[in-house]
Amino acid sequence: MEVINPTIINLIIFVLAIYVGYHVVWNVTPALHTPLMSVTNAISAIVIVGAMLAAALTETMLGQIMGVAAVALASVNVVGGFLVTRRMLEMFKKKPKKVAEGASK
Amino acid sequence: MSMNFVVLLYLLASVCFIQALKGLSHPNTSRLGNAFGMAGMTIAILTTVALILKLSGEAQSGLLNVFGGMVVGGGLGAVMAKRVEMTKMPELVAFMHSMIGMSAVFIAVAAVAEPTALGIELVDGLIPVGNRFELFVGTFVGAITFSGSVIAFGKLSGNYKLRIFQGAPIVFKGQHLVNLVLALLMLGCGVWFFMTQQWLPFVIMMAIAFVLGVLIIIPIGGADMPVVVSMLNSYSGWAAAGIGFSLNNSMLIIAGSLVGSSGAILSYIMCKAMNRSFFSVILGGFGAEEGSQTGSSEARPVKSGSADDVAFLLGNSDSVVIVPGYGLAVARAQHAVKEMTEKLIAKGVEVRYAIHPVAGRMPGHMNVLLAEAEVAYDQVFEMEDINSDFGQTDVVFVLGANDVVNPAARTPGSAIYGMPILEAYKASNVIVNKRSMASGYAGLDNELFYMDKTMMVFGDAKKVVEDILKALD
Repeated sequence: MEVINPTIINLIIFVLAIYVGYHVVWNVTPALHTPLMSVTNAISAIVIVGAMLAAALTETMLGQIMGVAAVALASVNVVGGFLVTRRMLEMFKKKPKKVAEGASK
Repeated sequence: MSMNFVVLLYLLASVCFIQALKGLSHPNTSRLGNAFGMAGMTIAILTTVALILKLSGEAQSGLLNVFGGMVVGGGLGAVMAKRVEMTKMPELVAFMHSMIGMSAVFIAVAAVAEPTALGIELVDGLIPVGNRFELFVGTFVGAITFSGSVIAFGKLSGNYKLRIFQGAPIVFKGQHLVNLVLALLMLGCGVWFFMTQQWLPFVIMMAIAFVLGVLIIIPIGGADMPVVVSMLNSYSGWAAAGIGFSLNNSMLIIAGSLVGSSGAILSYIMCKAMNRSFFSVILGGFGAEEGSQTGSSEARPVKSGSADDVAFLLGNSDSVVIVPGYGLAVARAQHAVKEMTEKLIAKGVEVRYAIHPVAGRMPGHMNVLLAEAEVAYDQVFEMEDINSDFGQTDVVFVLGANDVVNPAARTPGSAIYGMPILEAYKASNVIVNKRSMASGYAGLDNELFYMDKTMMVFGDAKKVVEDILKALD
């Protein structure tokens, strides 16, 4: 049997992933749209995987410089994106102490 | 570690990313979701480290490069995440988009330079045709994302001298034609690269893409930034997916498409809230038709009152809805407003917040600013959830918002006709705090200010709210 071109398989994954993304994102509450953006920033930094390969496995100067730079840029987002999202989400936590204070007034 | 196992771990990471987005459906589950996201990223990175160890054999020096880059980038990211003020979130997000875009370009260049190192198997000494096409797409989307985000960042921070970084749109004759020609040239170079795999067309294509990114964003005015930021969010996802295609990595494709569709949905929501068409946004230059409707600006009488009057009105009502706008955040009045809310609740007044989707400068920005001031999220309502309640509300207090409560949106022929608004005009009493009678972004007069039941309180939002606080005691 003929071997299926990997691009076709990638395309299948691509289409299904868009479908999943579409449905998951419509369920995100509007109040959390800013954290959604920062967390998607962190997630799209998944390109770090490609950057790591480029940084570690290339042999030419060009390849290595490009790879290391890409790793550094993507790391900014990996760390920064998740941390700033966590910081924001902490703010949305219910503050039980404050609520009790307000009620007792 | 076998390649199959590596891919399975990547699948696990992809599922974690989906969980991360799913968690955001409610504030209570969101922190767990974020933890899922971090776990997914950790799995992905550790798996890749293991893969590198396996592939590089004896020469382990490559990992040093990786760790070096990670420490520098990660350190910078951590510092920024800790220091950034919540009002500056749009800038941070725009900055991060540019990082992704540039990173994608760098990876693509490395892949063209040494395809085998990145797992692209050569056919007759050349990169396979499919991968060449995908590299082309990944590069140009990445490049546009980068330069577009840099411009967006400059426009958002608004304190750079350079003309292209200023909020006002830059328009010139034949703009669309120039963009079209450049886009065609870029595609031409893409085809050339696609056929020959030469560096020259690749570099030209990249350069044109950087210029295009700038040209697409400069004609857009500062007021439309929520749409631009969401749109670039989407682009950064597609850039990641493009790199995933060229490296045959399904995890990159999945994560990239999640982000891409998320950004696209956010842009759609923002467009609807600002009454703009999605396609004119995608093509860019959609802020241009504004600014011509400053027409009837003859001074009309308004009823203005003092902070004491406001305190009296608020204190004697049963239900109050606060409509915060970006003016509130600029004046840093969130904490004062929160205290005012507590005092009113202690007096037995029902207080709620009504948030328009474009309050603030990015989707959901106002919610974060209120959350930062420790306003409980169950007091905060979205437009569609609270609009039907305005009719039964005693007092609506509009703080630093204008266009989002302008009833002109219901009048056919108005520039903002069709834009969804908060129906503040239906309440029994309306209090509006503004610094002056200047019109909003859309340059329109607001009928709401001239209604009999409306009282205007002029002054800085923070000062006014603090005076109200004193008067409430």
